Amino acid sequence: MTAPTYSAKDFRSDVKPVWCPGCGDYGVLASIAKAFADLELAPHQTSVVSGIGCSSRIPAYTNTYGFHSIHGRALAVGAGLKLARPDLTVLVAGGDGDGFSIGGNHFIHACRRNVDMTYVVMDNRVYGMTKGQPSPTTEADWDASAMAPPGGTGVTPFHPLAIALASGANFIARAFSGDINGTAALIAEGVRHPGFSFITVMSPCITFREEQRDWKTIVRPTGFPPTSDPAQAARRLMTDDGFNMGVLYRGNRDSFAKPRSTECTIADLDSEFAV
Amino acid sequence: MTAANMLVDAAAQAGYYALFSRSSGPQIRGGEAAALLRLSAEPITSVDDTFQILLAIDWLNVVRFAAELPLGPDSLILADPAAGEVPEILSRTGARIVDLPMKDLAQSIPGGRPNMIALGVVAALTGLGVEPVAEVLGKSLKKKHADAFEASLAAVRHGAETGQSLDAPCRSLPAPLPRHGGRWTISGNHAAGLGAIRGGIRFCAAYPITPATESLEYLSSALPKIGGVFVQAEDELASINMCIGASFGGDASITATAGPGLALMTEGLGLAVSSETPVVVLDVQRGGPSTGIPTKSEQSDLNIAIYGLHGDAPHLVLAPQSIGDCLFTTQWAVHLAEAMQAPCIVLSDQSLGQSRAVIDPAPASPFFANREIARTPAEGETFKRYALTNTGVSPMPIPGTPGCQYTADGLEHAESGTPSSQASDHSRQLDKRLRKLVLHDYGSHWASIEGEGEIAVITWGSCTGAAREAVNRARADGINAKLIAPRLLYPTLPEQMARALDGVSKILVVEQSHLGQFNRYLRGEYDLPVRPDLLSRPGPLPIRPGEIHARLLAMGK
Repeated sequence: MTAPTYSAKDFRSDVKPVWCPGCGDYGVLASIAKAFADLELAPHQTSVVSGIGCSSRIPAYTNTYGFHSIHGRALAVGAGLKLARPDLTVLVAGGDGDGFSIGGNHFIHACRRNVDMTYVVMDNRVYGMTKGQPSPTTEADWDASAMAPPGGTGVTPFHPLAIALASGANFIARAFSGDINGTAALIAEGVRHPGFSFITVMSPCITFREEQRDWKTIVRPTGFPPTSDPAQAARRLMTDDGFNMGVLYRGNRDSFAKPRSTECTIADLDSEFAV
Repeated sequence: MTAANMLVDAAAQAGYYALFSRSSGPQIRGGEAAALLRLSAEPITSVDDTFQILLAIDWLNVVRFAAELPLGPDSLILADPAAGEVPEILSRTGARIVDLPMKDLAQSIPGGRPNMIALGVVAALTGLGVEPVAEVLGKSLKKKHADAFEASLAAVRHGAETGQSLDAPCRSLPAPLPRHGGRWTISGNHAAGLGAIRGGIRFCAAYPITPATESLEYLSSALPKIGGVFVQAEDELASINMCIGASFGGDASITATAGPGLALMTEGLGLAVSSETPVVVLDVQRGGPSTGIPTKSEQSDLNIAIYGLHGDAPHLVLAPQSIGDCLFTTQWAVHLAEAMQAPCIVLSDQSLGQSRAVIDPAPASPFFANREIARTPAEGETFKRYALTNTGVSPMPIPGTPGCQYTADGLEHAESGTPSSQASDHSRQLDKRLRKLVLHDYGSHWASIEGEGEIAVITWGSCTGAAREAVNRARADGINAKLIAPRLLYPTLPEQMARALDGVSKILVVEQSHLGQFNRYLRGEYDLPVRPDLLSRPGPLPIRPGEIHARLLAMGK
């Protein structure tokens, strides 16, 4: 008997997303489902873990073992799950505020720890759920927000890909939510790649960042073959304009795992305290 | 500290019980430190009122912890004249001062050290004798460091001879009681770690913090041997959330911390409540608030443990009552958390966690992680993770089980797990999460209830031992008092408490907090027959049996 195969539809639930019409996150949801199906995974062997924010609503829209946790902590929940259950495919998903602001420290340490899981960040450079405040990736001069001062925050945006590289992530890619097949392929490759895979997906928020509609006309495939040389990757990341799509770094570090074997009994542990 | 550890081991070897707590300053290594020991032929659960012997190697910063060294006219101060005058704060107690030139005595032995001289003197004065000390020295030094062994043993013998010749009257230990089976030497932090593993814990993620670190050191070495996983997290936010992730994956999980870490974990604990994910948090309390006094004990995390979560978030709070009970209570915590799919906070403290005692081995207990597991539903049936059951507990699937996929959520949800902001879903799920805790049968372990009388001493945690000793002393004086020490602090059990308080007309509450947190909790949560008297003060000074005894005598008049 051959194992049943699953289509992308099998990875979707029937819960209707809270997202606005036209939100880029619909494309990412479709891409994750397609990637899992393409990888010939089974829904019950996959897990999607998230924090808080528009994009973090995603687990309930999948038919996996989801965990919609708390703001900024998705990577910790995901790491705990993967370390306890290396047999599961663990994908952590969320937004730029969740991952790079409140969750920034976990992001750095997740890259450094290199647990074998995939982190998909739907970056729209704005807090959507709270109605349009600047996020860590928002341009310094963006001021179309009730909470941003005229002329913008004046604060240099966070560079997640460079931070990921410097912190030790083992796979780094950039995708565009409008390209469902391309994004699915990058996610699938990230899942297959050992260690911590980080995929930032440019996912427009057309409600608070209408100008992001133009992204679809600007994005292009990266002109370079993927590199495993961190220095070369760093140079490319620090010089590109943010619109090059594809695999930007493919490292070869071993992933962090905790092998599990039983070497002793409780009685042995007890005996350590005997007089 | 080395000499004190050897003295504990020697006492254990000779068939005595011992309690060894420590007081140390903020220095990373070295600095002032006091090893506080009580030896007895009978089991010990409390510090005593005064020390019989104060042996001072030096007087470095002694003023900082002199208050933790109660002496009386019957006490002896053995001090090296080379270290200078006995500080007035100690000499004014009326204790007898005896010169003991430890440095000179040590110099007369090749390779001899003053602490080994001191060990010999104490072994002689207490009546323990040199032999058990020699045996312990042999075990720790003989094989690898033969020279050090010979030098140490010679110094101990020299110290013992000196001790015998001193004009220093001291109450000797009675003959040890016949032993039934072996004994253990263990600290509360180790006992909690072992209890966790006995209960079924197989995952721990944690961030180092004083005074919980020994628990983590223990788990980091013991868990991998038993097929478990230990991870050092980047902070306490990650610790609790990694534990939640691992528990969601099917592993019973624990983290250990102290007050500042618990404060950071409270949002995660709320997630565990809402998503119904079992997790145990061992909080080894220290002086607070903020960084407070990291190396010293206090019972001031009660409020945050019970009331610190936002929203209506019922969960479990337990407190061990002795070093040995750290094992039982933590094991029970694992069982309760898993049975009710709820977070459980275990409130230990520095005085339990970092004290080492000789105890009778912890008996096996029947409490294990035994989560109600969901299986693949029958054809045509839909799995509902948060089904409204009579017990409030709904079966939880292990990821990987076909047909039980769901999303665990901190958002309020319907029975299926789908997010819902409907009033009816909210009230039903709140009811369910409370019901499962209230309906559980906690049995007799919920509290230690001992003795009968119109006076009740109600206390908790590490104060229980001193209260028990005080109640026993009062009984010898003809005053009948009852000890009530809840091990289960939350949820409260009104019927059981009412039964325990039946016939009680006077209450003394004993606790180690400045605000009287436990007293407020008792008065807020329980119908007490009378307004309690309160014996409460902040750490680090332990509440001693004599103080409680004195209050009982006054109440019994």
